[in-house]
Amino acid sequence: MATTIAEIQKEKQVGKRLRRREDPRLITGTATYVDDIQMEGMQYAAILRSPHAAAKIRSIDTKLAEKAPGVIAVYTGKDTEKVGAVPCGASLPGLRVPHHNILAVNRVYFVGHPVAVVVAQNRYLAQDAADLIEVDYEPTAAVAEPEKALASGAPAVHPEWPDNVAFTYHQDGGDVDKAFAQAEVIIKQRITSQRLIPMAMETRGVVAEFRAADRQLNLYTSTQIPHLVRTLVASMLSLDENRVRVITPEVGGGFGSKLNVYAEEALMGFLAQKTGKPVKWIESRRENFLCTIHGRGHVDYYELAAKRDGTILGIKLKIIQDVGSYLQLLTAAIPTLSVLMMPGIYNIPSIRADIVGVFTNCMPTDAYRGAGRPEATHGIERMVDILADELNIDPAEIRLKNFVANDKFPYATATGLMYDSGNYAAPLKKALDMVHYKKLRQEQAEARKQGKWLGIGISTYGEICAIGPSPATPAGGWESATVKVEPSGKVTIMTGACPHGQGEETTFAQIAADELGVSVDDVLVVWGDTAVVQYGIGTFGSRGTAIGGTAVYYALQDLKEKIRKFGAVLLEDDDVALADGKVTSKKTGQSKSVPEIAAAAYRAMKLPPNTEPGLVSTHFWEPPNFTFPFGTHIVVTEIDGETGDIKIRRYVAVDDCGNQINPLIVAGQVHGGVAQGLGQSLWEQAVYDDSGQLLTGELTDYAVPRAHMMPWIEAEHTTTPSPVNPLGVKGVGEAGTIGCSPAVVNSVVDALSPLGVRHIDMPLTPEKIWKLLRKGA
Amino acid sequence: MIPQKFEYTAPDSLKSVLQLLETGAKPLAGGMSLIPMMKLRLATPEHLVDLGKLKELNYIRESGNAVHIGAMSTHFDIETSPVLLRKCPLLAETAADIGDLQVRNRGTIGGSAAHADPSADYPAALQALEARFVLIGADRERTVSGAEFFADAFTTALEPGEIVREVIVPIEEPGTGVAYEKVVQPASGFAIVGIAVRIRRSAGKITFARIGVTGLSNHAYRATAAEAALAGKSGSAADVQSAAALVTQGADANSDLHASADYRKHLAVVHAARAIATALSRSA
Repeated sequence: MATTIAEIQKEKQVGKRLRRREDPRLITGTATYVDDIQMEGMQYAAILRSPHAAAKIRSIDTKLAEKAPGVIAVYTGKDTEKVGAVPCGASLPGLRVPHHNILAVNRVYFVGHPVAVVVAQNRYLAQDAADLIEVDYEPTAAVAEPEKALASGAPAVHPEWPDNVAFTYHQDGGDVDKAFAQAEVIIKQRITSQRLIPMAMETRGVVAEFRAADRQLNLYTSTQIPHLVRTLVASMLSLDENRVRVITPEVGGGFGSKLNVYAEEALMGFLAQKTGKPVKWIESRRENFLCTIHGRGHVDYYELAAKRDGTILGIKLKIIQDVGSYLQLLTAAIPTLSVLMMPGIYNIPSIRADIVGVFTNCMPTDAYRGAGRPEATHGIERMVDILADELNIDPAEIRLKNFVANDKFPYATATGLMYDSGNYAAPLKKALDMVHYKKLRQEQAEARKQGKWLGIGISTYGEICAIGPSPATPAGGWESATVKVEPSGKVTIMTGACPHGQGEETTFAQIAADELGVSVDDVLVVWGDTAVVQYGIGTFGSRGTAIGGTAVYYALQDLKEKIRKFGAVLLEDDDVALADGKVTSKKTGQSKSVPEIAAAAYRAMKLPPNTEPGLVSTHFWEPPNFTFPFGTHIVVTEIDGETGDIKIRRYVAVDDCGNQINPLIVAGQVHGGVAQGLGQSLWEQAVYDDSGQLLTGELTDYAVPRAHMMPWIEAEHTTTPSPVNPLGVKGVGEAGTIGCSPAVVNSVVDALSPLGVRHIDMPLTPEKIWKLLRKGA
Repeated sequence: MIPQKFEYTAPDSLKSVLQLLETGAKPLAGGMSLIPMMKLRLATPEHLVDLGKLKELNYIRESGNAVHIGAMSTHFDIETSPVLLRKCPLLAETAADIGDLQVRNRGTIGGSAAHADPSADYPAALQALEARFVLIGADRERTVSGAEFFADAFTTALEPGEIVREVIVPIEEPGTGVAYEKVVQPASGFAIVGIAVRIRRSAGKITFARIGVTGLSNHAYRATAAEAALAGKSGSAADVQSAAALVTQGADANSDLHASADYRKHLAVVHAARAIATALSRSA
């Protein structure tokens, strides 16, 4: 049957696989990033960084640099001491926060620590002059691994805290001692989640422009949180917050690495003020490796108590978190997210967790896609597999046995969370069907007889999204939206979230199009300029749509009410309905379109009672809870018995992120997340040597996955709406990363299980696998 | 990622290039290795002479029983050359395994050979092919063998003022089977080990075998012990295995972040066996 035009217009936009509206400019290279910003009189900054991981600075001689061609100014830590410290946003009892100057003053604590800055007429002259600065260092002993840093006699990263402990954290839930006393089987395993480098395609960059007459600082920066940067940088520079304007142009990837406030953001503001002219700094790739936050960095000690029938009774977890040299914005908070998610999606009544955050002479760790949840998921999903192996129970069966049952929601975890909704067996069963699980196990048994290595790895992950209710966050967990219907009927959405690849330019327009009955093309989504957009929190923790989208939704409800009121006046009927982009009188059947009503609302010839002119609404939406997506990833691997090479034969991802506004974008998020999950599973690792030198400081040594290294990802879904927000959405930005790594490692461990292999730490390099094969053979 | 200031000249005659090299200028071919080092200021040449305009170094032509390849031929030129695909397929197959398309469009055989990265792909094939290198300076020209040319890591027989003018590879006799097997370092795309094999049989016996090895040690070499072990053999699985086991003989294996010396040697043996088997399957 042919579809009529009227039916097409009535078709819902939410749920459609619309192509992203932001993509044409990104694909054609016409988008504006920080480095694309040009200004009259622009100067360029180059930063001299420490080549040592630990050293005292005896003296700095900048004379030659100051005299070098094109140099405008040179500053060292002594000049910037009055600038406020780089902020630590996390608060934990007893947290030791080193004073984090924007330029090192007397000591350096990691390779890449900024020591001095040159402002010159161009980037080349700035770098040439930076090379002329002479720093007299007295190198001291460094420590680059958290367990070594905890050992007695280890070099102190910060001399005032010789034990290198940045913080400790303890959490108990249920009765863990009883659980372990009653246990019929106890599994212990050390599991690491290696330090990773987030590696956004666009490195960081800042342009600062100070307008002295207005006492106004304009700061262009590649960030996920422009408003928080405004508040914090204004404070660091002792400027009025409302005279600092932060503008975030296109952001070429963040993954948490731009969910921060960095020394360079305040430093460029300082330089613009001092020199009176705009200053640009673009981070080099080398600097990005050394000086943008790293992720993960866990050594976890797990103990799991269970009954012989596979029922899990409790978990004890000790996390050793590699903090690095300083506490960046959320460094200390990240491992606490691991604790919250340590039970995964299982009914585990008792938990005990201890975190020790450890200073090392390395770049600080902080949020990287998943931020604490990949570590937790990796841990619990590995432990469940080890338990299944120990008890000789099928890994799918043991999961089904321990899942939180469908009738238990909302479900209170032993870690203090309230899981909103779930149907954990559904994606598992779907994924098992997709891989023909029983047949696959038979094939595996056959393969083993022939000496072949075939592995099946299951990960049934749960995660915490829509971060988060304000009490659970350091800076407010709500999000804001202003929606305006302009006099022409066009719709402008200003979101406090700061999308940088998540596709809200499309999905928010889909939401507005359905609510107002306008075309997606009539909707503009604006963000990232603190002078234009009301205060907002930003995009991270898979929160953009679940919280930011909900704020948009509620603003739209206000507007719909007002549109109906104006429509009623125009139609001279109190009983009207808003549908398909027009208000219709129930009495006469006559209607007025949204543009007609918008024009009247601004013209204001006739106002409804108690109603202001215009069509604008702002909402700050505070979520009552997090959301809890879940899913199953199954990975089938084949291992080359001669070389240890791992081939992924199938990658099946069945994710449940609640309702989907745009399934195409959801699939894209899953693909991207899986790519980064595979990066951690198979290839990526930030390696510092014992003296604190980063050995994987170039793309020739740090193996970010490329397109040709990806397996085909079979992405499917189930749908369990969230009751937390009216859209029923949960969030999916990090799911792929979280679900991936345990599926891969479980698969490879499963393949090698005939050799008695129980656990392998990531990355699963072929050499590691070869050594296991050789040992077993 | 900002290089130091340097002078840049792009002459259109070889003679001008060679004169500038006499003054201490550094030659720039495709720039796939030199430019990244300059961006990190690990290389700081004061004067670069770009060879990119030298049409006289950009050719692939058949002459007698050899193919002459101008030093400025790109990897893409070599990968897609009809002459090489027919007459010296090992080199074309190896070129196709280098880096990515962008690198293959820019990088040149002369530049790659002169850089002598111990993990580069070409040297395995060039050793197996017993390639000859024509080196030219302002007042001299000489031809050296692969054994002479690849002296050490990043070190060749090139004297100051000299560049590679051309690389000469043989036209394969009919029935020769060739193969290149590579273990890719996942970050750089270079070879952890790479094995190039040429093999011929006559009346069921191996009459000719050449094996080039790259990535294992400081410079590519010919695995002569393994070659000798194949001579006169039928090429059974056992023959292949015992020859492959000799492929690391005499080589001092490197160890780095991406592979230990033991693993490198093991990979060399495994992939030598695979490359020999593939080459045999392709031989008449």
